[in-house]
Amino acid sequence: MRVALFVTCIGDTLFPEAGRATVSVLERLGHDVAFPSEQTCCGQMHLNSGYSAEADRLAARFRSVFDGFDAIVSPSSSCAGTMREHYGVENVYELSEFLVHRLGVEDVGARFPHRVTYHATCHSLRVTKVGDAPHRLLQRVDGLELVELSRPRECCGFGGTFSIKNADTSSAMLADKCADVEATGAEYCTALDGSCLLQIGGGLSRGRSGVRAIHLAEILAST
Amino acid sequence: MRAPAESFPAAARRELANVQLRTNLRKATDTIRDKRARVVGEMPDWEDLRDAGRAIKADLLAHLDDYLLQFEEAVQAAGGHVHWARDAAEANAVVADVARSHGADEVVKMKSLTTDEIELNDALAEHGIRATETDFAELILQLDGDWSSHILVPAIHRNRTEIRDLFARTIAPGIVSDDPRDLAEAARLYLREKFLAARVGVSGANFGVAETGTICIVESEGNGRMCTTLPRVLVTVLGIEKLVPTFADLEVFLQLLPRSSTGERMNPYTSLWTGATEGQELHVVLLDNGRTRVLADDVGRQALHCIRCSACLNVCPVYSRTGGHAYGSVYPGPIGAILTPQLVGIENAASLPFASSLCGACYEVCPVKIDIPSVLLHLRTRAVSARAGRAERAGMGLVAWMFSGRRRFGAAQRLARLAQPFALRLGPLAAWTRTRDLKPMPKETFGEWWRKR
Repeated sequence: MRVALFVTCIGDTLFPEAGRATVSVLERLGHDVAFPSEQTCCGQMHLNSGYSAEADRLAARFRSVFDGFDAIVSPSSSCAGTMREHYGVENVYELSEFLVHRLGVEDVGARFPHRVTYHATCHSLRVTKVGDAPHRLLQRVDGLELVELSRPRECCGFGGTFSIKNADTSSAMLADKCADVEATGAEYCTALDGSCLLQIGGGLSRGRSGVRAIHLAEILAST
Repeated sequence: MRAPAESFPAAARRELANVQLRTNLRKATDTIRDKRARVVGEMPDWEDLRDAGRAIKADLLAHLDDYLLQFEEAVQAAGGHVHWARDAAEANAVVADVARSHGADEVVKMKSLTTDEIELNDALAEHGIRATETDFAELILQLDGDWSSHILVPAIHRNRTEIRDLFARTIAPGIVSDDPRDLAEAARLYLREKFLAARVGVSGANFGVAETGTICIVESEGNGRMCTTLPRVLVTVLGIEKLVPTFADLEVFLQLLPRSSTGERMNPYTSLWTGATEGQELHVVLLDNGRTRVLADDVGRQALHCIRCSACLNVCPVYSRTGGHAYGSVYPGPIGAILTPQLVGIENAASLPFASSLCGACYEVCPVKIDIPSVLLHLRTRAVSARAGRAERAGMGLVAWMFSGRRRFGAAQRLARLAQPFALRLGPLAAWTRTRDLKPMPKETFGEWWRKR
């Protein structure tokens, strides 16, 4: 199977560790991973901000850059969802759904001896619909203790440009999310989307919390 | 319909500081949300019902002209009068004329968003006619000159002590208890006289049946039933999208609405009436007020499917923090964010389609499957065409250009790394860093790492 990594613009720029971890997990499972070097952004930011013409052009660019691969895997449910559910590129997968639903793998040989809570990002729930794939993977990580949030399905307040245009409301949502994370006593809060982790991690860090935001791929890559 | 007086971010900023509002909202939305989930969960055919609800409304809107004429004919055949109102002024004039022709200087009203939308009470007051709200929460708001902040629970932002103090000042001098039962009793005593004295009642409608001319309302308190039966004359104001084609269609909606709205299997009172019996008079006002404009938008028109259940408000992470007043409209929450801009014109409510994190929780619970996130995106594009500032347009254009080539993107990443210490204090990033840290840019982008690998 020819697997391409779609690292996303945010992942490339701010979360290279999640991209590296994705490569590491896929290679450990015996896949050759390609990184089409012309890739940039799927266009979601423009699409969600009311610039659909620009978004359409970026989506068309995505298609041509990723043409010819059997599977396109991304450490972002939101960007994968934009390309698959909105633009109809069928072979784009978020990492956890690719592992569990497409490859049928739940144990990726990871070890992460920490207390971890999982935030279900909105687009992973309602756009890409990854179901329980992340839970299945986390449950098989050696040494990992998974603790549930009291409101795991509630938005963290990121929402792309929403976090800037409606910074106050976004921050109110974030405050509740951080309180929920801290109440679990977890050391790490994980999720499938770098963008949401930027928000949650930014809130936890501002509060000088002892909890760190970490991408699911990094946990799966740990040994 | 009145456009929001200020932008959503500005109004939200103020509302977020209201402790009572935040507490009440969290408690109430949590409670209703859980109740709804329970009673929806026990329906094996819930998804089929949602599909049916959507299909019925889509059919209605596709043939609205025919159904409206059929409805008019059926109402007239059953002895009712039908009036067509293009806008709020025409609708208000009809109600005022009917009241005046019966010598009424007072009317009793049941809870109705449509009459709030056209600001009927103020219009009647100009004609010297006093409208009394008879829904408990609406009465509270009216007595205090306040306005609704939730479709189903209009006074969700008030507490019982405030209500006791308000009643002591107005309808129940000397009341000391703030026990909800005592407060309800005080309202009951006050309203009973109003019901018995009123010659004209005013109602909205949950549904109008095109086939039979029947009007249907659902309620919890029984005050609506008093408004529609005690006065000899009844005026019903009905948005043209509130029709359903056939009587049998009510079967679908009377299952969808109470479960989605109050989280009940069935609401306490369901009233249906067709025309007028002898000695009584029924006037039906069919209101457009911007609805045909919504109908003309092939993506946005699904907002007209709405049956005003408020499930989207209760699950919305934005609404449950800001409350309804931040939306500046009688239609708050996610449905308001797509309905208000279409009714008042996108240029008059351009910030509302952006008042959402696009989390999608609203679409998941909507009983008639309005794809609110898609309509929000559609309206955002329209808002940008109508109102976006030059700086934003230029910025977004620049970003799109930067993303259209890998070398440009790489250069921008390097520039961002250099500019990082200063950029955090400027423009959009300053809005971010006011409440959140921004993860520092790593020394190496993924692309740089990959090339070295």
